[in-house]
Amino acid sequence: MNTMTLLTTSKYRWGEAILRQLFFLCALISVLTTVIVIGILAVETSSFFQQVSITDFLFGTEWRPMLEPKAYGILPLLGGTMLIVVGSSIVALPVGLACAVYLSEYASDRARNIIKPVLEVLAGIPTVVYGYFAISFVTPGLRFVFDDVQIFNAASAAIVVGIMVLPMVASLCDDALRSVPLSLREGAYSVGATSYEVTARVVVPAALSGIFAAFVLAVSRAIGETMAVTLAAGATPNLTLNPLESIQTMTAYIVQVSLGDTPSGGLAYKTLFAVASVLFTITLVMNLLANKVMRKYQEVYE
Amino acid sequence: MNTRDDAVLEARDVTIRYGEQAAVKNVNLSIYEKKITAIIGPSGCGKSTLLRSLNRMNDFIEHVTQDGEILYRNTNLYGEGVDPVEVRLHMGMVFQRPNPFPKSIFRNVAWGPTINGLPGDINLRVERALKQAALWNEVKDRLNDSALNLSGGQQQRLCIARALAMEPEVILMDEPCSALDPVSTSRIEDLLFELKQNYTIVIVTHNMQQASRVSDYTAFMENGSLIEYGDTDQVFTRPKQKRTEDYVTGRFG
Repeated sequence: MNTMTLLTTSKYRWGEAILRQLFFLCALISVLTTVIVIGILAVETSSFFQQVSITDFLFGTEWRPMLEPKAYGILPLLGGTMLIVVGSSIVALPVGLACAVYLSEYASDRARNIIKPVLEVLAGIPTVVYGYFAISFVTPGLRFVFDDVQIFNAASAAIVVGIMVLPMVASLCDDALRSVPLSLREGAYSVGATSYEVTARVVVPAALSGIFAAFVLAVSRAIGETMAVTLAAGATPNLTLNPLESIQTMTAYIVQVSLGDTPSGGLAYKTLFAVASVLFTITLVMNLLANKVMRKYQEVYE
Repeated sequence: MNTRDDAVLEARDVTIRYGEQAAVKNVNLSIYEKKITAIIGPSGCGKSTLLRSLNRMNDFIEHVTQDGEILYRNTNLYGEGVDPVEVRLHMGMVFQRPNPFPKSIFRNVAWGPTINGLPGDINLRVERALKQAALWNEVKDRLNDSALNLSGGQQQRLCIARALAMEPEVILMDEPCSALDPVSTSRIEDLLFELKQNYTIVIVTHNMQQASRVSDYTAFMENGSLIEYGDTDQVFTRPKQKRTEDYVTGRFG
């Protein structure tokens, strides 16, 4: 009988219900935003492709959407982005990995407690500051060393983007190296390995998929990086392999058009969305790849 | 026990501290050639710490300090100018949990000899080690498979083979069966009798039956101190110390 009383008097908890709806709404907003962004990109991009053929867009080597004769080949912008990606990878990947190896394998607790926060500060610097740093410091430095460096050039931007993603590479690689169990290191030491052999031939290979995932995320970030490359690399769509020339990346182009007085609805305006779609597709694929690799390496050690 | 000619390793007044805390207190112990010496005692008594001091494995743990000497054929392993990497070429080790490298079966065994440039044909060396570890028949057709696909017991025998491939003089085993099932455990115990003919073995175990089955000498430790050390028979049937008796008869621990 008592049980019955308990059941019938149980109250509907209004507070709980409202909170649950609130949390659901918050979750919904983030999902909805993504869906809307993708939707707009798709619609505008397809209307762009009604006027420009996909082949011309993907394989054309001239990008001149504002000037006559107009041309809509994305390769110069893609090339500009790739120049930044390759250049920044040359800076960030080896140095970041070396930094992580030092932090995880060699550094004392004290050194770690100093270096880790410094890296985090480096990661927190606004990207526009990096851009300014490139123009006022890196470019003059490059011009001092090389003769024919243009005021705006890919190398300078690539170097600061490299410095920018360095903390992320170091931190993610550090996580990957530290997830290798101590027992594996001890096993290696027990057969007479030196610390370098343990690191280079057991720990790093065991953490390889985590390290690779860090690299992919770094590249993905370099592709999407905007402010520093807009400031330092220039606004010249230029299909070149010479990093000392001025170029334009996909992101910098989007900034240029967004800031200018391009009439909305026109073809030039629609190029924004076409370029953004390419950018989005590339970073999406990279992030999916990183995710997949990361999951695989989590399975190896648990 | 007095120093005998056949002592391979001798701990003299060894004290090991983690920070301020002494984990091993003033231990004197001799390890004899081609015998199995078991170190037993309750959890946290310092037996693993003592074992790890014999091949300088404690070097990797921060804030560990050690006093006293560990003599390996009259050379102090902690003396000035002694290279810890060199030390480990003489003292192989097998750990509590199987810890094969994420490499192939073959490369797990071949890795140590290769990086140290040990002489002779590496294929023969790997085969010999795997045979000694009683694993050869199970893996000879899949040497290039990942070691991580082996069962726990096989992995532990692989780790024994990895140690044997270095042809050390002493093999240190830190509770090598604690993560294994009874069948795998008895295989490894059988293996120990085989290995005794060529190697000096020190085994840390919390399993008293195991100690009494496999070892020639037994050391009983408690709270970091060596309470009693002697012939295994004597320690288990006629212990001299009351505390040893309490422990081996299962009154505590």
